[in-house]
Amino acid sequence: MSERIAPRDILGRTLTDLGEKDPNIVVLDADFYPASKIGSFRERFGDRFVQMGIAEQNMMGVAAGLCTMGFTCFASTLCVFCSRRACDQVTTSIALPHLNVKILGLYAGLFVGKNGASHQALEDIAIMRSIAGMVVVQGADAVETEQIVRFAAEYDGPMYIRVGRDPRPRHVPEGYKFQLGKAVTLKEGKDVTIMAYGDLVENALTAGDALQKKGISARVVNMSSLKPIDTEAIIKAAEETGKIVTVDNHNIYGGLGSAVAEVVCENAPARLRRVGVRDVFGKSGTNAQMEEKFGVRAEDIEAETIALMES
Amino acid sequence: MSDQVTKIKKLEAIANRIRINVVKMIAKSGVGHLGGSVSIAEILAVLYFDEMRIDAKNSEWADRDRFVLSKGHGCPALYATFAEIGWIDKDMLMTLHQIDSPLQMHPELGLCPGIEMSTGALGQGLSAGAGMALGARIKGKDYRVYVVVGCGECNEGQIWEAAMFSAKNKLDNLVGIIDYNKLALSGRTQETMPLEPLYDKWFAFGWHVIEVSGHSVVQLMNAFEDARQVKGKPTFIIAHTVKGQGVSFIADKWYSHSVSPTAEQVAGALDELGCTKKEIEVTLGYMKEAK
Repeated sequence: MSERIAPRDILGRTLTDLGEKDPNIVVLDADFYPASKIGSFRERFGDRFVQMGIAEQNMMGVAAGLCTMGFTCFASTLCVFCSRRACDQVTTSIALPHLNVKILGLYAGLFVGKNGASHQALEDIAIMRSIAGMVVVQGADAVETEQIVRFAAEYDGPMYIRVGRDPRPRHVPEGYKFQLGKAVTLKEGKDVTIMAYGDLVENALTAGDALQKKGISARVVNMSSLKPIDTEAIIKAAEETGKIVTVDNHNIYGGLGSAVAEVVCENAPARLRRVGVRDVFGKSGTNAQMEEKFGVRAEDIEAETIALMES
Repeated sequence: MSDQVTKIKKLEAIANRIRINVVKMIAKSGVGHLGGSVSIAEILAVLYFDEMRIDAKNSEWADRDRFVLSKGHGCPALYATFAEIGWIDKDMLMTLHQIDSPLQMHPELGLCPGIEMSTGALGQGLSAGAGMALGARIKGKDYRVYVVVGCGECNEGQIWEAAMFSAKNKLDNLVGIIDYNKLALSGRTQETMPLEPLYDKWFAFGWHVIEVSGHSVVQLMNAFEDARQVKGKPTFIIAHTVKGQGVSFIADKWYSHSVSPTAEQVAGALDELGCTKKEIEVTLGYMKEAK
């Protein structure tokens, strides 16, 4: 097993490197940079690090204003506050004029330390995905997250980048290059397809291996590009395996499961089961407790897959 | 006449033409935010024709001063101002609110030349203006940024977030102007949500505050000149205005916010703004056509 690295841990180094190369990179923070791990950018580029205080709505507006001057802004705070608190600012000030703001959402989904429901973003993908022109992505590991941030600096338009808090092993292969709108098959399989993104790719792969031992050949696909979504990969999975299990670190309403269901229903009917938080709020606790309580462990994915196979 | 008097007369005439065009545009559209558009006619005339550094031939000149209409619903007046400058064609004004027109009911960046930020969801423009002012500092540019906010939208918390942020960052290249007409959509702001003591609030938030009549070209010119001298803090100009100023059937009426004027009301308004009979007939013709 490779070294486990938290996706958030690459942010400071990556943004600082981007800042060295491009004087138009500006980072905005809403009193969260020690947790976002972007302090090194602040130390290196004091004038291009904008401390907003706990004022996420103003942060999105200031970022929008800066972008009209040719800056590329990375505006960072917790996923919950990017999406729920500043939803209208993200929509009207950033997405409507299609400005170059890259929203870094920290503390994705259930895994927020022990902060509990107020800090757990289980709606953010649904919110961001429904905003016209907004790109929504989450890397499965630190390597992919770094590639996404580097991609964001080049991409012209608004993006919502979900960033995991806690260490994950490397999942993407050597020589991997993130491509917007492209899913990545991490494990081949022909009986069923498991689709996941972000933190839960790890459990999806574990489930895939366990299923293999039981004689079920499960394809495991990393759906890091949540919008635009790889419709081709979904149709291929539907046609080749006929059965799909989606895994959401999010409410089952409006997350990956919904996105896959949209594609499947319109293009290639397949049987679908959704693993994810079933329309309840989160809780304080360890990550292991979260996974168990909300049914997103590898065992849960495995059980759901077997149930789908047997139904 | 002295140069100053000539200039004042010129600016007042521009403000009057902005009002006339706003009435015509809204008459043609059949509906529009009349009250809060005509209340900012002098503010826009003084900004664009005296105060701001702009290029009449190029709305995208990189070193231009920036303007954000945070109270986006007042944009018919802004579109009329752009037509005066020549950034958009006068004929385009009559496409206001049409589905594929650049002149949407709330302004959109990228659709209409001269618009610096999409607004309409109230409370957001001052943040964008603060971002532009900060951007000037980072880039070492000397342009200034002007933001007109409405009084109702000062109920929004984001306005005060932007107020704190601008003072913290000593954005002395930023000027906020409130169109203080004291009416919101449903009634007097003092009843919907009291703003007073407004001067004290902005002062306490660390801004240099100036209080003027928003319909006095001279007072506005002096206020902007005063703001230029201030170093180390942003300036907030409390411009006392009348919602519907110059259009008597809605002046200072709470229902002036969004209006579907009758032919009679349009004829009366254009008459009191000094339009010729022929001009009025053309507008009434437009109204019939639109129906």
